Amino acid sequence: MASDTLTSGDYIKHHLQNMTFGQHADGSWGLAHSAAEAKEMGFWAFHLDSLGWSIALGVLFLWFFRRVAKSATAGVPSGVQNFAEWVMEFIDDSVRGSFTAKNNMVAPMAMTIFIWVFLMNFMDLVAVDFLPQVAAAIGSGVFDADPHHVYFKVVATTDPNITFGMALSVFVLMLYYSVKMKGLGGFLSELAFQPFGKWGLPVNLLLEGVTLISKPISLALRLFGNMYAGEMIFILIAIMYGAGWLLGSFAGVLQLGWAIFHILIITLQAFIFMTLTIVYMEMAHQEHH
Amino acid sequence: MNINATLIGQAISFIIFVWFCMQYVWPPIMTALEERKKKIAEGLAAAERGRHEQELAQQRARDVIQKAKEEAGAILVQAQKRASEIVEESKETARTEGERIITAATAEIEQEVHRAKESLRAQVAALAVAGAGRVINRELDSQAHDELLQDLIARI
Repeated sequence: MASDTLTSGDYIKHHLQNMTFGQHADGSWGLAHSAAEAKEMGFWAFHLDSLGWSIALGVLFLWFFRRVAKSATAGVPSGVQNFAEWVMEFIDDSVRGSFTAKNNMVAPMAMTIFIWVFLMNFMDLVAVDFLPQVAAAIGSGVFDADPHHVYFKVVATTDPNITFGMALSVFVLMLYYSVKMKGLGGFLSELAFQPFGKWGLPVNLLLEGVTLISKPISLALRLFGNMYAGEMIFILIAIMYGAGWLLGSFAGVLQLGWAIFHILIITLQAFIFMTLTIVYMEMAHQEHH
Repeated sequence: MNINATLIGQAISFIIFVWFCMQYVWPPIMTALEERKKKIAEGLAAAERGRHEQELAQQRARDVIQKAKEEAGAILVQAQKRASEIVEESKETARTEGERIITAATAEIEQEVHRAKESLRAQVAALAVAGAGRVINRELDSQAHDELLQDLIARI
């Protein structure tokens, strides 16, 4: 909600600022109190909110499925096991559909990506102000901080660090398996001698290099862009709540509509991230001609 | 939105989560799924086998009934044959027995007749002697005329 002391611009900026932990200009470590301070911290700073939510949701996911895995039986499955099996069969089908080589890591990785990304995206459906307000209350109440300087972004996938972190890990695995399957020579010759043969080597390198580099970037930016835009729309709708009861109730309708539509988007984005990962891994395992 | 070390933290957590999932989550549940699939397949195969066996058993039962019927028929035919044979045999026995009885009776009758004839002949001889004695009025020396008497008796 746009409070009296904040303009809409401030409100949006406040919402888009991560809780950043790093080294201040004076050499001490601590939380950044403004966007400028956060920028000054440079590379060696952490977004506590993104990382915290990401790890918490990842642990939640693994805890839930580990609990199912421990009591998994081949007999008649219970409700929780049923659900877990349904999800895993869906993922397993997706993996079998596009991944033909034998690698025991791909399916668990696809599962981790799908459910983890889905959970992180899902945080988008929690009302935009709810958790930041809670965080601000805790920040000002417990840590005696200025509530306006408590930054708290709930949706981890709207932080490009998170999406790039995953995309680059996938990229590294992709390179690793490319080299492992085809040998370093095979991998490099794929880069150098395709698609135009050895006389078109510079062009080949350029084309294949761009193709290669674009994979993790598109993977990360697609997820980030979709979630960032979705989050932005939620923030804009939230601003409308402060503009009188007429626009406010209109905003309620909009928010409901957008949230319902967003259920599709968060699932779809998680699914796309998973599917592209599987496809990239498949390409790493296969010699393409 | 600055890129910073969060990226590295996320990459590390990603690797750890994938490793954990690969080690402790995916295999047990997938094993359970595979096992269930196998069990269901086995169950279906067993049901199929059972149905097949039932069919075979029914076929066998039909065969046994068919055979039993045939045997019963054969036994019946044989029994009827035997019965008529027994009847025939009894008839034969009765006939021979009757004939034998008749023959015996005839023989006895003949014997009786013969015996009667003998006694009659003896009596006739005595009568003839007495009659002849009276006719010639003298007593015949039975010894002297014995040859004559014997001839007479034989002729009667």
